[in-house]
Amino acid sequence: MTSPTTDPTTHATSTLERPEIRTTGLLTQSWAIARRNFLHIRRMPEMLMDVTIQPVMFVLLFAYVFGSSIDVATPAGYRAFLLAGIMAQTVAFASFIVAVGLTADLDKGIVDRMRSLPINPAAVLVGRSISSLAHSSIGLVVMSLTGLVIGWRIHTNVFEAALGYLLLLGWGFAMIWVGIWVGSAMRSVEAVNGVMFATMFPITFLANTFAPTDRMPTFLRFVAEWNPISSLTQAVRELWGNDQPLAEGAAFPMHHPIPFTIGWIILITAVVAPLAIRTFRARTAD
Amino acid sequence: MTRAAAIEADGLVKHFGETVAVDGVSFSVPEGSVLGLLGPNGAGKTTTVRMMTTLTRPTAGTGRVAGHDIVADPAAVRRSMGLTGQAATVDELLTGRENLRLIGRLYGLDPGYIKRASDELLERFSLADAGDRTAKTYSGGMRRRLDLAVSLIATPPVLFLDEPTTGLDPRSRVELWEVLRELVADGTTLLLTTQYLEEADQLADNIVVIDRGTVIAEGTPLQLKDQSGAAALVVTVSHAADLAAAEELLRPYVREVHVDAGARQLTAPAEGLGHMTRVAGLFDQSEIVLDDIGLKRPSLDDVFLHLTGHRAEERTDDTDETAGEPAGEMTR
Repeated sequence: MTSPTTDPTTHATSTLERPEIRTTGLLTQSWAIARRNFLHIRRMPEMLMDVTIQPVMFVLLFAYVFGSSIDVATPAGYRAFLLAGIMAQTVAFASFIVAVGLTADLDKGIVDRMRSLPINPAAVLVGRSISSLAHSSIGLVVMSLTGLVIGWRIHTNVFEAALGYLLLLGWGFAMIWVGIWVGSAMRSVEAVNGVMFATMFPITFLANTFAPTDRMPTFLRFVAEWNPISSLTQAVRELWGNDQPLAEGAAFPMHHPIPFTIGWIILITAVVAPLAIRTFRARTAD
Repeated sequence: MTRAAAIEADGLVKHFGETVAVDGVSFSVPEGSVLGLLGPNGAGKTTTVRMMTTLTRPTAGTGRVAGHDIVADPAAVRRSMGLTGQAATVDELLTGRENLRLIGRLYGLDPGYIKRASDELLERFSLADAGDRTAKTYSGGMRRRLDLAVSLIATPPVLFLDEPTTGLDPRSRVELWEVLRELVADGTTLLLTTQYLEEADQLADNIVVIDRGTVIAEGTPLQLKDQSGAAALVVTVSHAADLAAAEELLRPYVREVHVDAGARQLTAPAEGLGHMTRVAGLFDQSEIVLDDIGLKRPSLDDVFLHLTGHRAEERTDDTDETAGEPAGEMTR
């Protein structure tokens, strides 16, 4: 090796002054972390499968395979009825992505590395939330385009259309907290997969997402109609004009789906967010 | 003149439920020096580093990093130190350069500075050619070097390294030591934990030996070696046939002699330098031809055995994790 005096590159940091560490805000920090998560998607586009190929497959499967035997009374038929349900399901699965990503970061020590930096510890979570909402938004765009191709249309006005999308994203926000909670509590990505499959699939299917509830057995119908996912789906259908007339004896939330959806979003966030933060702290601080 | 302490631990205690992981650890690291925190797996090294780097709150006691209290002012501590954890915590899906940029941004550094510093660090850590490849494609040694480079993006005055060379092959290990020496030459204060005595011997100005959460010895590598008994006088004869005569000659001058016929060596407790010179003169005047004569200090391995009653790289608990694997010591 040559001596530092003849070859400056061997002793490089001596030419660097200690830089100024600027105090940045939570948003700047969260955005830096969210950008990193976007880079992940660019490197591994298959991470987008859950909001692209998977829901498109569900749309096609239900619209053409099961759909012919499901009878609904919406003007544009089952395909128009189906779309809000699949969107609600896709957005609910946002919790899945958050949980898997967070567990992987915790497991690999990346969260610890970030916590050792002079940043707001919440930036790790907020950054994840931002990228997760973006992830869900991609899903909503893909679903809408697929819907347009198979004959789904919004029959109301711009305001109601936007409110429908807003409720879906709001629901995605509540689900992020579920994801943070599960992700902080689980020790491995495999465990997260297990827990999420075992819970999210029954929850999103035992609802009005894919089939009307009025022909279900009484008890199941009751559960399905009180399922928060049903409120969301019903609200979005009403807002987009894809709903069918309410069946005889529909449960209370089905009559007021929009306030119920907003209520569910607030309730889930208010209950799960503190739990999630506590679990995350317990996991990382000790 | 004594230099100011850049790192100070002050009676650190950490309990995990019933388990006492760290039980009153104190030490002080002068600015620009290297402290080796030496101990077997499960001794409390990682937990101590996690407390000092504000990742976990001490149950009792406190510490200071660059003058900032770890309990009262963790934010200031985080601004003045870098941490390289036990596992190389680089983002595998990001390139080397993107890893540096991410952490630089989180520090709130100027983008122009991040660019310059990244170039220099990649160059310095022999990663210039790999800078635009994802870290997934890196070897273990490269990941470690990138991890270290990332910790240095804000040129922190204090650096914590938790088992920096665990799992590295000997060559990568020596390369990393070289880099660490350069950092210290530039004035960085280093605290490194290790289970490798050789590593502590090579890098550390001072060593703190911890076992079962408490400090059991501390001093320079030399002091520690002296502590564990006197040096040995080792005489190697050229011809095995001379061994008996050599023993005969040596016996009146030493307390005891141990003969190792295979190595053609006589070993005796040494009693200082003058003693060795006299013995050397003795052989000089005899017919016996010597290959070598000298003092052998105990290795840090001997020291560790002496202090703890068990070897350093041996497991103290009964888990079946093999030594040399990335250690899972209290990685909660």
